[in-house]
Amino acid sequence: MLEYRAEIALWALSGVLPLIMLAVWRDSNGAATAGLSGAQLSHYFVAAFVVRQFSVVWLIHVFEEDALQGRLSPYLLQPVQPLWRYVAAHLAEQATRVPFVAVMLAALAVLQPSLLWIPSLSQLVLGVLAILGAFALRFLLQTILTMLCFWSERAAALDRLALIPYLFLSGLVAPLQAFPPAIRRLADCTPFPSMVAFPAQLLAGEAVDVIDGFARLALWCAVLLPISLVLWKLGVRRYGAMGA
Amino acid sequence: MDGHHLHRIGRYGRSLRRFWLSSLQAEFEYQLNLVVELLAVVGNLVGSLFVLRLLFGNGASLGGWSWDAALVVLGLYTLLDGFTSCVLQPNLSQIVNHVQNGTLDFVLLKPIDSQFWLSTRSFSPWGLPGIAAGLALIGWALMQRSSAISPLGLLIGVVLLVSGALILYSLWFLLASLSIWFVKIWNATEVLRYTLVAGRYPISAYPAALRLVFTFVLPVAFLTTVPAEALLGRSSASWVFGSLAAATLALVGTRLFWRYALRHYTSASS
Repeated sequence: MLEYRAEIALWALSGVLPLIMLAVWRDSNGAATAGLSGAQLSHYFVAAFVVRQFSVVWLIHVFEEDALQGRLSPYLLQPVQPLWRYVAAHLAEQATRVPFVAVMLAALAVLQPSLLWIPSLSQLVLGVLAILGAFALRFLLQTILTMLCFWSERAAALDRLALIPYLFLSGLVAPLQAFPPAIRRLADCTPFPSMVAFPAQLLAGEAVDVIDGFARLALWCAVLLPISLVLWKLGVRRYGAMGA
Repeated sequence: MDGHHLHRIGRYGRSLRRFWLSSLQAEFEYQLNLVVELLAVVGNLVGSLFVLRLLFGNGASLGGWSWDAALVVLGLYTLLDGFTSCVLQPNLSQIVNHVQNGTLDFVLLKPIDSQFWLSTRSFSPWGLPGIAAGLALIGWALMQRSSAISPLGLLIGVVLLVSGALILYSLWFLLASLSIWFVKIWNATEVLRYTLVAGRYPISAYPAALRLVFTFVLPVAFLTTVPAEALLGRSSASWVFGSLAAATLALVGTRLFWRYALRHYTSASS
């Protein structure tokens, strides 16, 4: 993975969206209306930036190519479920991302020291656990869409659609506190706030219901895991038919 | 202009027509994509409007821009994003593949300008819903205003939009052609696409330091804010000339850069 430093640095750089949104939110009327202070906003969005960096999933793009080019066939012969190979690749890349994210945060610390804060040990531990949970949830959701690659050549297009509610309901571009109550309730019925808002709030040291947040993460994972495994089984059966 | 030049332009025009018709034929094999792209455009637009509404809160402005005026900026962003999906993405993201597979050699041998071929060979119709949605949003926002749009304002606005599109093309082309040296940075254009999201909001909504960055380093201001000012009938001569100068500079820059890059190109295996 270290061979791909330039590529990984650029991917890390492409995750600047929460920081851009922070710049727009800071002096907006919306922040005042929602009663969010400058410090609250900057801690939240910087935390969301970190969460996003370590919960990016690109399984569908790699898998689509592996399936189309037949690279998947030898993986199927191996005694380990091939999805673990992709999990490992994601975790490895996220580990290589750490220095780049550290450099970006250091740059922020130099340019705008007021944006950063030092989380307490418990916030940090809970935050990291929640990020891992968010990654698992994102990975499972994308696994389900990826399995559609067995049926359609353009499953990646469907993933683009799933990205839209993630973008707007997860808290990546707007803190959930600013949502109107009805839309807030709607968002809370989806898995998306668990993917960004919950870990980000933990890291930023906001008052959140920790038990409720982790319970939601676990519940959504428990719902998505069997679906993705069943789709995997059905898909592999179909894949065999295609290659024969 | 003499007959030779006219003949040359005619040849490029005919090539362009052939390129795009054949791309359309290939793409229409995937009709499910149309449904997906329509849904994506509608979803993105609804989401963007929702976030813009949140940013306004109970107030009447964002960085001094009224709701209708901010919608014009969002419309221009949607339009340029559609343009990116139609032309820039399908063509310029292929340059790295040509370099990696050695097929750039074949492009260079063709009796047509290589920059023209690489920039226009494909056309993806899936950006068209975005272009249509952008135009509709701009038109709707302009009609909500009490003062009618002046023909001169419209003309300047269109010229500045074209100028913004040329700046956008140049940025994409520069980053994409860097792959002649560094194959590993094939995803640099993705970074560009994600940072240009800043153009969804008027430039004055950002802190002063970022405004400078978005004008001189990553010229987001020229892409959406400056054409929007013109459409709203409040453009200033300095911004108009600034945009035209930036577009000219950027185009000449890509041309010189491409020639320089080709001198360093040593084909795949050598």
